[in-house]
Amino acid sequence: MDFFLSRYRNISVLLIVIVAQLLLIAYQVKSNRDVPLVRVWAVTAVTPVEQALEVVRTYTWGFVEDYFVLLGVKSENDRLKRENGQLKMENHYLTAELSTADRAKALSVFQSQSQSKTVAARIIGNGTGASSKVVFVDRGSASGVESGMAVVTPEGIVGKVVDAYPTASLVMLITDPTFAAGVVSQKNHVRGTLKGQGHGECLVDYVQNEERVDPGEMFFTSGDDRIFPKGFPVGAASAVRNGKTFKEIFIAPNGMQGGPEEVLIVLEGVHQQIPDGEIASPGYKILQPPNETEAATSAEPPGTLVTDADRLKAQYRQSGQEQNHVFGEGTPGSKPPDFSKVPGIRAATPGTGSPQTANTPARPAQGQTPVSTGGAPPQQKPAPPQPKPAAPSQAAPAQTTDAPKPPRPRPTAPILVTDPTDADPDAVPLNAGKPVAPPAPAQKPATQRPQPPPNQ
Amino acid sequence: MTEYTERADYSERLLDRPTRKEAAGRIRIVWLIVIPLIAILSQVYVPRFVWFLSYLELPLLITVHFALHRRSPVAAVFYGMSIGLVQDSLSHQPIGMFGIVKTLVGYFAASVSMRFDVDNPVVTFILSFFFYFFHQFFYWVLTRALLGEVVNFDAQQTLVYGLLNAAVALPLFRILDKLKVAA
Repeated sequence: MDFFLSRYRNISVLLIVIVAQLLLIAYQVKSNRDVPLVRVWAVTAVTPVEQALEVVRTYTWGFVEDYFVLLGVKSENDRLKRENGQLKMENHYLTAELSTADRAKALSVFQSQSQSKTVAARIIGNGTGASSKVVFVDRGSASGVESGMAVVTPEGIVGKVVDAYPTASLVMLITDPTFAAGVVSQKNHVRGTLKGQGHGECLVDYVQNEERVDPGEMFFTSGDDRIFPKGFPVGAASAVRNGKTFKEIFIAPNGMQGGPEEVLIVLEGVHQQIPDGEIASPGYKILQPPNETEAATSAEPPGTLVTDADRLKAQYRQSGQEQNHVFGEGTPGSKPPDFSKVPGIRAATPGTGSPQTANTPARPAQGQTPVSTGGAPPQQKPAPPQPKPAAPSQAAPAQTTDAPKPPRPRPTAPILVTDPTDADPDAVPLNAGKPVAPPAPAQKPATQRPQPPPNQ
Repeated sequence: MTEYTERADYSERLLDRPTRKEAAGRIRIVWLIVIPLIAILSQVYVPRFVWFLSYLELPLLITVHFALHRRSPVAAVFYGMSIGLVQDSLSHQPIGMFGIVKTLVGYFAASVSMRFDVDNPVVTFILSFFFYFFHQFFYWVLTRALLGEVVNFDAQQTLVYGLLNAAVALPLFRILDKLKVAA
């Protein structure tokens, strides 16, 4: 045995050690148990050294690493500053884009809810001239824009189209000194003429000192100018004081607040009812349609006669068809149709036989001169305003002869449409391109009426 | 007379020169503990920061170096077993896998050193490469045989890593030799 161990000592030790370790592995695998004691010893011996190494590394190599990092801090700081500047510019750009998107959304909501047919446009530049307040929009005649169309925003009116080019239009802002439009106050229903002043505020002129206008009272378009449909907000009176003859009423136009960038051009305007209460928000608030309009639309098929003007227009058209007359054709001096055969007029005339009373229902509430539309072309210029008392005084006899009707609120100033060839040659011509003139005090609308045949 | 004197001096120098085993025995016991511990720490700590150094098998190189220069198979067996068991303790494998492999490496390295002059760098390089490949291959065999685990053996990668470890072994062994002499 001793000989064997001495001769094969090395291989014997090797075999013993290998077998011992194999048994150890077999035990662990068979019993699925570990040998925690050996591991605890090893880990206890190694991990403190590892911790010490980590501490040493942190305070040596980490320090060196931080030093080299600090060397690059300045360049990195400059880079971050440049990046920060770029991000700020990008942020400003995105904020502006978001604001633009909000305005576009407001326009879209207003456009979808408004009864008037509009087309959205973007202001692309200012007109030349130191005192003129005109801008160019990116919609022109190719988009159906014509001179004389109203330009509005959900907040209020902005101006009117003065020139329409194929791809762009020139819009006169309401702050232009030559701008004028008919307005009416919300609470006291005082009518006046809005005039631009060349600066931020506008003046409401031709309001008698005896009439009452409260500061802060809201003004809406009256429709008298036949450019802006009735009921569009204009602005609130910022200052009201008596003048020599007329009140001096200054209003801050809502549509010009903040500088409009996107606007709506009214292709076909529809009058709206002026709200009785205060406007809660000048932004998205859409005015409710008049009650009589709702009643009319509920009784009639949608898209047909909505206002008195529409009904009157239909009557005239029907009468023209019966007489084989097409409105809009013919030359001045040609034979007009027989207006006495218009059903509405015929129903109103038997009692009096007066042509004036026959035309009374067709007259605008504010004594506007009837002009032709032929589909209400927007390029037609507004007629000069007529004296206010004329319509009510002449409308009274007509109501006595008409069938009993429920009492209506104030007339909504329809846009009267007749053929210019059918009008009296002596009638007042359209003030093409001219701003709305102050009301003529003593004008007689009866002289401008087409004379019906005497046999009626 | 002079010739005799020279022969006598030569014989005395031969007698005075310590044997290989005596030279290896000069290593202090503390280095026998600290050096493997450093090697194991390097294996578990350095790859955290220098990932490509994970291919280094420093405990194996330490075992080979000790076995080659100790020239005692029994001592090499226990030395390799100890290092292998510590490695096993820091791994998730059952204890004994690295122990068996390094036990065999230590035994064979010591056996080879008794027959060849392992101080030659070329021999050292070849032996280091061979024992690395043997270590990896035998560990793979044990893993499949004893644990039943299906582990792929990438021979090509193992050969490359063997060359790299052999290349590292040359300067490492020189450093350890100087440390041994200094001790």
